[in-house]
Amino acid sequence: MFRLDGKTALVTGASGGIGSAIAKTLHAQGARVVLSGTREAVIRELAEELGEGAFYAAANLSEPSEAATLIAKAEEVAGAPLDILVNNAGLTRDTLALRMKDEDWNQVLNVDLAAPFRLCRAAFKGMLRRRAGRIINIASVIGTTGNAGQANYAAAKAGMVGMSKSLAQEAGSRGVTVNVVAPGFIVTPMTDALPEAQKEKLLASIPLARLGKPEDVASAVLYLASDEAQWVTGTTLHVNGGMVMA
Amino acid sequence: MSEIADKVKKIVVEHLGVEESKVTPEASFIDDLGADSLDTVELVMAFEEAFNVEIPEDAAEKITTVKDAIDYIEKQKAA
Repeated sequence: MFRLDGKTALVTGASGGIGSAIAKTLHAQGARVVLSGTREAVIRELAEELGEGAFYAAANLSEPSEAATLIAKAEEVAGAPLDILVNNAGLTRDTLALRMKDEDWNQVLNVDLAAPFRLCRAAFKGMLRRRAGRIINIASVIGTTGNAGQANYAAAKAGMVGMSKSLAQEAGSRGVTVNVVAPGFIVTPMTDALPEAQKEKLLASIPLARLGKPEDVASAVLYLASDEAQWVTGTTLHVNGGMVMA
Repeated sequence: MSEIADKVKKIVVEHLGVEESKVTPEASFIDDLGADSLDTVELVMAFEEAFNVEIPEDAAEKITTVKDAIDYIEKQKAA
């Protein structure tokens, strides 16, 4: 179950905590994995650490042309057509709406929503022709709940859910699935730095009483990437310890 | 048959996996050759690539038969 032998996957944002855990998990299950990120040195090092069957392709996804060509680049370095696309890359530009500049809005919508669309569109071409493929878009619990100071990020992540449902309907007849994983609060240097009182309050809102680990997200991605999930499409898998039950 | 017509026919046969004899000029992609809407979009994209032409959305919608495709591409190539 859940083996990915012979499959080729691309993970964007692979230099981050969640992205690298996804890459490691897919690789451990037998997939060839192409790591993508803006920091070439970091993804190269991670690819070397994973060893055989791991590749890297740097890309700056805020550039539309780089997003459009990343799929072809990944297939070239891996030497195989793409079976699995994980749109994990994203950024935040948090500030209250009153202070949010168009630039903050546009940058987040561009990288967190338009770039994943461009990657889906490019991946679709081959996947639809081959009658197989898995796309997993990484959203956020914030797309469901909203969050003060994150109007741009919440819009992008909620948009990703609607986009994925539409793409799932377009590609279903070809056996290509499109799903979303929506992580809640995951342990990162940022959550580590929270004051103790705030940490306690956060934990009190999570029925499973701990923050998430990057591996919790990676396991959900693995399921949706596997053959076992072949009858699941257009859905959002919430990985948030029960904090929000959508 | 023109070179363009031959090439169009070949793309249709390859893409839809139908018998060559069924790909007559009058054949409708959807009604006669079993294509769905996604197939027709993929066909148009295959034509664009093969003939290095751009087929805008409103023109693509009017290409429903093999002949429509051949006529459109021949016109573009002649222009």
